[in-house]
Amino acid sequence: MRLAFILSEIGSGLRRNLSMVVSVILVTFVSLTFVGAAGMLQMQINQMKGYWYDKVQVAIFLCSDGSTAPGCASGPVTPEQQQGLNALLESPAVAQYINDFQFESKDEAYKHFKDQFSNSPIVDSVTPDQLPASFRINMKDPEKYQIISETFSSQPGVETVIDQRQLLERLFSVMNGASLVAVGIAGVMIVCAILLIATTIRLSAFSRRRETGIMRLVGASKTVIQLPFILEGVIAAVIGAALASGTLWAVAQFFLGDYMSRQYPDTAFISSGQTLILAPALLVLGGSLAGISSLLTLRRYLRV
Amino acid sequence: MIRFENVTKVYDQKARPALDAINLEIDRGEFAFLVGASGSGKSTFLRLVLKEDRATSGAVYVAGQNVAKISSWRVPRLRRGIGVVFQDFRLLPQKNVFANVAFAMQVIGKSRSVIRDTVPEVLKTVGLEGKEHRMPHELSGGEQQRVAIARAVVNRPGILLADEPTGNLDPTTSMGIMGVLDKINQNGTTVVMATHDDDIVNEMRKRVVELKNGVVIRDEARALYTSMIPVVGQSRRLKDASGRETPDAGLPGNAAEGEAQR
Repeated sequence: MRLAFILSEIGSGLRRNLSMVVSVILVTFVSLTFVGAAGMLQMQINQMKGYWYDKVQVAIFLCSDGSTAPGCASGPVTPEQQQGLNALLESPAVAQYINDFQFESKDEAYKHFKDQFSNSPIVDSVTPDQLPASFRINMKDPEKYQIISETFSSQPGVETVIDQRQLLERLFSVMNGASLVAVGIAGVMIVCAILLIATTIRLSAFSRRRETGIMRLVGASKTVIQLPFILEGVIAAVIGAALASGTLWAVAQFFLGDYMSRQYPDTAFISSGQTLILAPALLVLGGSLAGISSLLTLRRYLRV
Repeated sequence: MIRFENVTKVYDQKARPALDAINLEIDRGEFAFLVGASGSGKSTFLRLVLKEDRATSGAVYVAGQNVAKISSWRVPRLRRGIGVVFQDFRLLPQKNVFANVAFAMQVIGKSRSVIRDTVPEVLKTVGLEGKEHRMPHELSGGEQQRVAIARAVVNRPGILLADEPTGNLDPTTSMGIMGVLDKINQNGTTVVMATHDDDIVNEMRKRVVELKNGVVIRDEARALYTSMIPVVGQSRRLKDASGRETPDAGLPGNAAEGEAQR
């Protein structure tokens, strides 16, 4: 009976305050979409890290004809130098850090280059001679790059040692920046949402002060008086959170899943299923924000 | 049922206290009028009984309990034992008569079947049978006040507080309301009624407690609105609803400016 009564009170409250409730729904929707977007960016970064860090290697480029690096003063790498590097890579001091390595000849490098830039006219102006041969090293622990770099940079015949991970780090830092911006916007929007919920609950409490006054007098408990108001805010915020979750799912499904993955087939995008992990978090966040701000408002504006 | 022990209530440190060291006891089943000018402390008295306010000093006992010692989450239980009626009825305009009375039972979690049985019974007690489905604006003032009384007593409180329940009503209707309150009192409910309505007090001949400036200046059983013992003060003329001017012995002191106009 009491539950039915509270539910009917909530219903009448939502109906009477419809425009404010809609605005609460929209503001929580937008703010939680930004929160979720930040979450999605982080998930995407992790996904790409997992995907790329397996493939990305440390490359030891060997001197070729045009090399100007100090180690290449004696001209292009000689077969003896190459043998020496191979032996060093196999020596226990270095081998303990690497999973495996391969030698990439100039011709192989040219083949990879052609694959990578197949859409670009630059392919036509590059010859195998211009590309350096290299050792491609798969590290056991990518963080130990420094050891390889120090060991090989000074070896004769080595032009430079490059950690490809650093190239990716730059991309990730851009994405991190974007997710920080999303979190910032979300923060401002959440403040908006909290203030709007507080105002809505205040209006609702004001428009029903007759009822609450009578409820007080006939001895209704604090819960029965306050719960309808709190739940009103919570329901509106949860609807907003559900809309935000739906939007994020749609972005992952249709934008990332259909459009982006066709544009960039070799990039691993997060699946729409993964965004559903965010949904409960958004629902809880929205609901608790509304609950807390309603409760604080009621303590000021609804005497029990 | 209600006991005030040396109760003082100060709203503003600079002004005189609203109630000044009041000692008063109202027994179970009693009917007491609380009379006095505006600002004499009648409303403060009622608010203290309801624990709407805290006494500055002294102790208020309601049904044997010191209200100051009731924790805030138990205040609703105290209030369930007290019905309240106001001058302005305070009905919910969008609910019909039945729903207005039922509201008081719904909010404390009474079951639907209990409500269906109890509400018509109470409406019969206050003389509103057959008007369950009227809306408040379709009722006369007297009928609206009967609905308010029904709502106040539907949960069978031990105490009924009435704050000028006849203040908006003509004398005939007022007497009808008094009949209802008397009937409720006969059923064992303690009734405390704050009023300015001298005709009613004189007619009912119940206990009268007169307050002035926060002090009890008279407490008589089966008394009249004004004291039998003449009090020095200016006399005034009261006008009743028929427009007939009736000479009045006058309230003691400089009582009730402007409140004679009803």
